[in-house]
Amino acid sequence: MVRLFLIQTFLWLACGMVAEAQDARHEIAAATLLKGEAAQIKALNGLMGQADDAIFPLLEAWRKDRLFLYEANGKTVPVLLVGAKDKEGMQAAERIDTGKPLVDEKGAAIRLNAEDLNAVAHSANLRRVMKAVLDLTDLASSEPAKRRSALAAIGQAQQLEKLPALEKRLAVEKDADVLAALHEAIALVRLKSPDRAVKVAALKELEQIQSLASTDFIATVEKEAKLAKDENLAVHAHTTLLAINRHRSVVDFGGTLFRSLSLGSILLIVALGLAITFGLMGVINMAHGEMIAIGAYTTYVVQNVFAAGLALSPFGFSVMIPGLHATGWFKESYFLFALPLSFLTAAVAGILLERGVIRFLYRRPLESLLATWGVSLLLQQLLRLTFGANNVQVGSPSYLSGNWVVADILLGWNRIFVIAFAALIVFGVWLLLTKTPVGLLIRAVTQNRAMASCMGVRTERVNTLTFALGSGLAGLAGAFLSQIGNVGPSLGQSYIVDSFMVVVVGGVGNLVGTIISGLGIGSFDQFVQQYSPSVAGALTEVPWVGGFLQNLAQDSAVFGKILVLCAIILFLQWRPSGLFAVRSRNLD
Amino acid sequence: MSEAPENPLSPPPLSNSTAGILAFAAGAMLILPALDAGGVIDHFTLNLWGKYFCYALLALSVDLLWGWTGLLSLGQALFFALGGYMHGMYLMRMIGTQGQYHKPIPDFLVFLGWTDLPAFWKPFDQFTFAMAMVFFLPGILAFLFGWLAFRSRIKGVYFSILTQALTYAGALIFFRNNTLMGGNNGFTDFKEELGFALREPSTQRGLFVATAAALVGVVIFLRWLSGTKFGLVQRAIRDGENRTLFSGYATPAFKLFIFVIAGMIAAIGGALYVPQVGIINPSDMTPDKSLEAIVWVAVGGRGTLVGPILGAVAVNMLKSYATRAMPDLWLILLGGLFLLVVLFLPGGLVSLPEKIRGLWKKSIPATLPA
Repeated sequence: MVRLFLIQTFLWLACGMVAEAQDARHEIAAATLLKGEAAQIKALNGLMGQADDAIFPLLEAWRKDRLFLYEANGKTVPVLLVGAKDKEGMQAAERIDTGKPLVDEKGAAIRLNAEDLNAVAHSANLRRVMKAVLDLTDLASSEPAKRRSALAAIGQAQQLEKLPALEKRLAVEKDADVLAALHEAIALVRLKSPDRAVKVAALKELEQIQSLASTDFIATVEKEAKLAKDENLAVHAHTTLLAINRHRSVVDFGGTLFRSLSLGSILLIVALGLAITFGLMGVINMAHGEMIAIGAYTTYVVQNVFAAGLALSPFGFSVMIPGLHATGWFKESYFLFALPLSFLTAAVAGILLERGVIRFLYRRPLESLLATWGVSLLLQQLLRLTFGANNVQVGSPSYLSGNWVVADILLGWNRIFVIAFAALIVFGVWLLLTKTPVGLLIRAVTQNRAMASCMGVRTERVNTLTFALGSGLAGLAGAFLSQIGNVGPSLGQSYIVDSFMVVVVGGVGNLVGTIISGLGIGSFDQFVQQYSPSVAGALTEVPWVGGFLQNLAQDSAVFGKILVLCAIILFLQWRPSGLFAVRSRNLD
Repeated sequence: MSEAPENPLSPPPLSNSTAGILAFAAGAMLILPALDAGGVIDHFTLNLWGKYFCYALLALSVDLLWGWTGLLSLGQALFFALGGYMHGMYLMRMIGTQGQYHKPIPDFLVFLGWTDLPAFWKPFDQFTFAMAMVFFLPGILAFLFGWLAFRSRIKGVYFSILTQALTYAGALIFFRNNTLMGGNNGFTDFKEELGFALREPSTQRGLFVATAAALVGVVIFLRWLSGTKFGLVQRAIRDGENRTLFSGYATPAFKLFIFVIAGMIAAIGGALYVPQVGIINPSDMTPDKSLEAIVWVAVGGRGTLVGPILGAVAVNMLKSYATRAMPDLWLILLGGLFLLVVLFLPGGLVSLPEKIRGLWKKSIPATLPA
């Protein structure tokens, strides 16, 4: 019984839609035949906000003199000429009321010449109405995104004459998101209403749907109400404004939390490799940033190999890398190939660095820092000479662009992807370190190198492997960063200071420390950035340097970085060797 | 770390050559200006040597920390640049109304929409105040940072990383226009110092003499310091900090004192650098500049007095040549040079004669078969 009812409802709906589609065509056809401007305007006004894709092309054709009146057997049929002209200037004709080809009594298609026919006339007033109708046709578009953006624009414009069309849509609109946007647009337009009761109702509605876009308009209503000495309405507007601003602060908080998580994940991926090598060998690898850049450039090369290929000219030699000229999903999948390749390239570079330089310096940690800085300069310049000093373009595959909106909070797909992959990588590294024989060796050497060596662990090989792992992780980080920001020779430099901080705060020898400190530093930075402008005023109270601090706090990005540094220095007063230190009886 | 001197009470290695440097710098102080005045060398060369000597001061500050105390600070460029900025503020005030906008305040302030001088700029009309600030601001910053760092026993690479972050933060602050310190472009277009036009060769000669004198003064001071018991404790901290601590020396206090002194020496170098080079901007404040100064010390030979000076002059002469002759390859050259020195010549250029002598000695038995 219920099922039957549902089917009936569905059929009824489907019929309704078909009937309406015919209606729009018929209405336009009828309107072209009407005599007198006023009657035509009235007819066209009936089209406002109708859900029919035929309206746009027909009205466009009308405005551009491509609708014609075909007279035969005493009847007048409005037609649209379509298709290419033949030798005699004849074109195929299409009936406007049905959208089907025009036929004679025998059913053969009639071809017409535009010069023999009269175009349907249109006056300036009529064109204005058509424009208004066309403005509203997007409301009837078959794509929800288009309908939403059209509604947003109509709401912002606040034109009362569009209200009836909007109200008509209420009955038709089925998509929940678009329906919400429709309610918001209607409420916004009603704010302009001369009727005070309608205004108040609109305010209530806006408060209920927590419309963030409406604050400016509500503020205007409040101002006007105050000017008109309508205290009651002003109070109404004010409370609505307060409620919406409360909602805004919740949304801002959610957004900040998301950005914190995303920045924290980036820092975590960048610092993970560094933490592992530092924990194992006590070597701070200043060339870690260049390993990131190598990963990012690998992604760039892979992308170009999937497309048209790449021409490089390092040191004046020209090298041509042929391309696959891939299209469609295969081209989009380049990133999945780039991920393992960027890991491998950076890992190989890491092995070369360890074998060539670092292994001679294990007893001199400060000097290994300096030597790797030398390597970092070398690599940066080599990248610059190979790929050029300018940033290169790495496009995001379509499945990584776009946003996901949850409760007014904008979540970028690429950032969600970074967060998810950071989690995956951390999990993978944890598996590697705790569940595999290699991981066992790495942990043994980290905890006590001499003892591990005595037990027969080939510490030299473990060093090389670990360095390859650390560098490979940096390469992966580079592949991610290519999806978020620019790729250039000094890409790594912008992250290296932060990732050192993560390692220092996290302590060595424990993944958990790196995770906490990466996410913690990311969150601290984002929250300071979000809220520093609002505390800037209070900072003037600080003696001596108050003015300077207030000035600084207005530049939230710089202020965030500086406060992070101060917080880290203070944190180290409490825990000098980071969150998790390796316990040891060694003094030096 | 590096090989300890045979007798712990002996002055630092190669101290004999200290006399050599003193003679060289004192000679340079008199001879180069005389040659310049006589027209034998051009003003550009004299100016270049003035710059090298400023860099030598920066290198000495790095060496005081790294070579003698075992603290690798990546923050010396920050102190150098701060010293430069403090002197630069005075020089900016001395431009008076001769700027592009002919206003009594510096051009960049006019550009930012200021009509009056901000309060903190006002005292910099006084030369003595500016000079006091050259010492005071880097000194207080070094003191605060060092106090926090050393009392929580931050050392080794941790110390390096934190000083790097400090320098980075400093550069970020000075890059902002709203810091009112010239932003990206920093200070430039100076006109006069103490009433002498900076464009005049005689003023430049005077500045050169002042730089050489400062270098000689710092060398004498460091030579004296290394001979005192303080210097001995300093080297003891380098070679075994915990042993020194357990012997009853408050190593954090020693290190703090040295960090502040080193910061001030770098600041003197920066203050003398600005009028001779004619520009100071935040790119002089980056961690990379600190690392470059460390390259000079490593190349010259750390733990000595002559090494940093030799390194600063030699590497910068190479840089002056290479950035003109092969600009693309300069960074590769610098990185490679650094790598080679760290790997194969940890003692730097000053250890080269000894090394060659060692090789020579080793080769003698081979050439004289029994």
